[in-house]
Amino acid sequence: MDLAVETQQLTRVFTQRRKIFRRRRNGENGESEGPVTALDHVDLQIRDGELFGLLGPNGAGKTTLIKILATLLLPTSGIAKVAGHDVTKDPLPIRLKINMVSGGESSGYGLLTTRENVWMFSQFYGVSSKTAKARIDKLLHTFGLWEKRNAKVRNLSSGQRQKMNMIRGFVTDPDILFLDEPTLGLDVNASRVIRDYVKSWVKTTAGKTVLLTTHYMMEADELCDRLAIIDHGKILAVDTPENLKRRLKKETTFRLEVDPLKDTSRFKTIPGVKNFSLKSDGGASLEKLTFILEDEAAVSDIVSEVVRQGSKIHHLQKTEPTLEDVFISMVGRSLE
Amino acid sequence: MNATVNRHWRSFKWAAWLGWQIESNWTEPWLFAIYSVIKPVAGAFILVLMYVVFTVIGNVQDLARFNFVYVGNAFFIFVGNTLFGTFQVIQADREWYQTLRYTYISPISYYTYIVGRAATKVAVAAFAVLITIAFGVAFLGIKIDLSAWELPAFFAAMALGAFTLVGIGVSLAALSFLTARHVRGLAEGVPGVFYLFCGVLFPLTVLPDWGQSIGKAIPLTYWFHLIRQITMPADYFAAVPTGLTTDPLEIMALLAVSATGFFLLSIGLFRLMEYLARRAGKLDMTTNY
Repeated sequence: MDLAVETQQLTRVFTQRRKIFRRRRNGENGESEGPVTALDHVDLQIRDGELFGLLGPNGAGKTTLIKILATLLLPTSGIAKVAGHDVTKDPLPIRLKINMVSGGESSGYGLLTTRENVWMFSQFYGVSSKTAKARIDKLLHTFGLWEKRNAKVRNLSSGQRQKMNMIRGFVTDPDILFLDEPTLGLDVNASRVIRDYVKSWVKTTAGKTVLLTTHYMMEADELCDRLAIIDHGKILAVDTPENLKRRLKKETTFRLEVDPLKDTSRFKTIPGVKNFSLKSDGGASLEKLTFILEDEAAVSDIVSEVVRQGSKIHHLQKTEPTLEDVFISMVGRSLE
Repeated sequence: MNATVNRHWRSFKWAAWLGWQIESNWTEPWLFAIYSVIKPVAGAFILVLMYVVFTVIGNVQDLARFNFVYVGNAFFIFVGNTLFGTFQVIQADREWYQTLRYTYISPISYYTYIVGRAATKVAVAAFAVLITIAFGVAFLGIKIDLSAWELPAFFAAMALGAFTLVGIGVSLAALSFLTARHVRGLAEGVPGVFYLFCGVLFPLTVLPDWGQSIGKAIPLTYWFHLIRQITMPADYFAAVPTGLTTDPLEIMALLAVSATGFFLLSIGLFRLMEYLARRAGKLDMTTNY
């Protein structure tokens, strides 16, 4: 089995700068905020040709992992290998085989046209003129940017810039592509186009690997062959989406919509409740509760507790487990 | 070997292309052409004003000294632009265009990429120097004495100056891997030091002893001296004593050594700062606060 990516005990700690001025102002002892462990002994294996997802909330360590694998950041300890090469000792052979696209940013040279921006990056990778031209034309059509091919990048919307960056990622035809939240901030149609293209690119082209980070459950579920759930720098589980959901089959998921509750801490103490999450739409009249129950009978105690707090139940449903339920079951809170 | 040469050439070529697009692509070509001529000419008028004040207050008309000042200032355009052009690459790509992370992870030499981006600034600066000198000769009575047999020496001096400046520029740029965007004042401060201590506006002998010592320790002082020696008429050059050696070969050798020294320093600093930035996670930081 050839591995596109392999990490062993990969750890990354960010040390914070000492706040000298704050000490002077506040009379503190100049203590730093303390080191932040972004990745904590991560062991991961991603096979050639796999569309692999990293699923976790903001700050879970997804981007840190991508940066290390893309040779932008050094690990604190442990080993990371991409295409068989160590990211610390041997970055150049890795760079010949990879590319990376980050969502939610608007990078690009504003004075260049869309086509020129993408063209220049293709030339950094030594793609022949003929091949680059053909690929750029095809990708511009695919991502709906053909009409904007000669527009200066400064005149593109943020969504169009993001599409241009997707083209920049694919134009070099990398063996391994790192996609960091590629659909962040895009509209539904643009997200759909990107998801469809990524999926078909991996499935129809031999030897292409994608490592995708996302906090969109649906995206991970739809795209990924396997995925890892990551939180606080630790990998909590690695499996196919189906197998992850199957783990919850012996447990039961209930969703409730209720009037605002005074105290949710009591739910945790109800026998049979494994985990639960609360979503409040910030000022909206209803709160959404998701319960993972080890014992289905616990639902009557939950209902009693809601009623005891003077709240009204507007909706109660027993559902099939989703990836979000898997996440709640493992972490004890919702992703979004 | 061939792959390495290709990689460096690819890095330089496309970085220079990008640099040229950024430099020239902000307006229509005809407007850019006019701007390229008017900007250095406007700079020359400042010198004329300085000279007029100088002659009115001092009540002397010293054409040799005006030549000294004018030529020094004309070639300082080359120094300022080359240093700034090299220094600002990392910060511009990281903070403004936010492309550094993608350029950095591509299979190019990032060191050569910086040099390629600076090459455009060097070329534009060289053109500005040419325009300034031509304007001075045509309208301000500046005397240039550059015979055909002196051209090789002139181009060699320019090349050595450019190598030294790019070496200093990349060294400063390497520091910017770790610094926030507001530290770009460094790119303006360092040329200011050179302007003061390298005999651009006045001969080194005007400075106090400690100032002369600083000036003599900076290779660019000798570069300005050599450029004046090659381009100015001999009697004009001799009329402004500088206290420096007048042997062009000796100065050439000194510049060759300093250019090599700064080149090696720039490689060493670049590798160290790149490593530290990659370790600290600062390669793609944005400090727009």
